[in-house]
Amino acid sequence: MNLSYKEVKRDTAVQASKPFPKHRIEEWRGKAYVYVCILVLIVTIFSIVYFIAVRGLTPFVSGGVGVGEMLFGKVWDPDAEQPLYGALPFLYGSFATSLLAAAIAAPLGFCAAIFMTEMMPKLGRTVLQPAIELLAGIPSVVYGFVGLSVIVPFLRHTFPGQGIGIMAGSIVLSIMILPTVTTIATDALRSLPSGLKEGSYALGATRWQTISRIILPTTLPSLLTGIVLGIARAFGEALAVQMVIGNAPHIPDSLFESAATLTSIITLSMGNTTLGSAHNNALWSLALILLLMTFVFVFIVRLLERRAKR
Amino acid sequence: MIEIERLQLYYGTFHALKDISLSIPEKRVTAFIGPSGCGKSTLLRTLNRMNDAIDGVRIEGKVEIQGQDIYAPDMEVETLRKRVGMVFQQPNPFPKSIYDNVAYGPRLHGKRKKAELDEIVEKSLRAASLWEEVRDVLKKSAWSLSGGQQQRLCIARALAVEPDILLMDESTSALDPISTNKIEELTRELSRNYTIVMVTHNMHQAARISDRTVFFLNGQVIEAADTETLFSNPADRRTEDYISGRFG
Ligand SMILES: Nc1ncnc2c1ncn2[C@@H]1O[C@H](COP(=O)(O)OP(=O)(O)OP(=O)(O)O)[C@@H](O)[C@H]1O
Ligand SMILES: [Mg+2]
Repeated sequence: MNLSYKEVKRDTAVQASKPFPKHRIEEWRGKAYVYVCILVLIVTIFSIVYFIAVRGLTPFVSGGVGVGEMLFGKVWDPDAEQPLYGALPFLYGSFATSLLAAAIAAPLGFCAAIFMTEMMPKLGRTVLQPAIELLAGIPSVVYGFVGLSVIVPFLRHTFPGQGIGIMAGSIVLSIMILPTVTTIATDALRSLPSGLKEGSYALGATRWQTISRIILPTTLPSLLTGIVLGIARAFGEALAVQMVIGNAPHIPDSLFESAATLTSIITLSMGNTTLGSAHNNALWSLALILLLMTFVFVFIVRLLERRAKR
Repeated sequence: MIEIERLQLYYGTFHALKDISLSIPEKRVTAFIGPSGCGKSTLLRTLNRMNDAIDGVRIEGKVEIQGQDIYAPDMEVETLRKRVGMVFQQPNPFPKSIYDNVAYGPRLHGKRKKAELDEIVEKSLRAASLWEEVRDVLKKSAWSLSGGQQQRLCIARALAVEPDILLMDESTSALDPISTNKIEELTRELSRNYTIVMVTHNMHQAARISDRTVFFLNGQVIEAADTETLFSNPADRRTEDYISGRFG
């Protein structure tokens, strides 16, 4: 449909006598198709949010569980006589693993991005970038498996403890989010106006001075966006983490001690509960917390993007 | 004093500068003119070695500044660029405050003291005749200035590292007539203390503000002479054709 506005008009005039010119029907059909797709999308999103919210709010509304009790309670024991729904260990586990993963992935990702854009653009574009993007395509179960057979034994031999735990989870997650952080950082560095770099070099700056004083500060909002997206991805990852973290529902004393995250406890317990039971509803509350966290991450990314544009 | 001797420059296999020999006098304005693609920018950028970063560039011959070979192996490119400042075609202030833009160069080269930096910033902005307009808004982002102000800020930024030579590559071509005028006046003013080499497509500009003019064609110097002589009495037929607008 490459007709210019004028041509469309002329066309209409010629065919005006016929009741439904062909292009009118095409136009209508295209519109209808787009609207139906959008409708399906909106309905899907709303039903997911609605379903999670209804299920997840049940323990608070009719289950006699307090919001504070869930957010700050330290003991998770839904099958006891007096069931306890303290989700703090999982919140702690989720935040600790994803933040630590970002702390590991961010410097690696930035260095890779700087190497690929500033130091060896050719090698970066042809070898390194495809290699890093490949990381994004590896299924999480493979990451978990590698983590379980390589990272956990390594940690067990090097540090006190069983090897499983937050550290193992963070390392696995950091590799998983590396492509996100690197790709966004690389794009940001590539889109930097070349005049800025030249301006700095022309004043006698070395490459390192230019990187640290011009390139990094200027692209900071985009770099942070990459990190937040990475954290969001890490926060929501279940399988790989579950395989290496140990899944003990308590707040660990060290990074090398069994722990659990929101996602790992949901996947682990979901099959053992029946829909509508108090235990099951409590798991939906955890899912609701995950959902709300996702909103927060999206919100932060939006804020950063607005800052990057200025 | 800049001495260029039998300079050849290749972009890969493309011979962009052919056997250039030229001397550029001290504390004068020298203008490079010539049709697009004839190598003016390329030659300008060999003077502060900005071509070094481009893949596949090969340079032969000699470029001496004050008797020092700038392509000698022991020449530090950062030291060279501190002595040979550059102003680009598009104003390119950093996304920092006006103050930090001017202080950027001095800080690179180790100046830390607030009082000293304050003094340099004021001096440089005055020299670039921007001080009166920005003295009260030094903390404001440089990107909030107008195009002409930004270009003068870039000149101030270059002056702040106390260079001997200032290279200007079509530095007024992105600006309106009034800003252009200001920068032309400024260039004349600065030539009392600095050696200025400028590229321009505007022959009136070259005639107005330069002391010497060099005419390039296809990577070669056709004619280098005092501006008055070159425009009123060109020695080469091709120069005459170009300045009378018969081609280019
Ligand atoms: N990075 C590069 N790689 C390859 N060739 C280049 C490169 N830069 C410039 N050239 C070529 O070298 C020649 C001289 O270019 P240069 O930019 O010096 O011309 P110029 O005289 O400044 O032109 P203009 O007036 O349009 O700015 C041109 O033919 C150009 O195509
Ligand atoms: Mg040019």
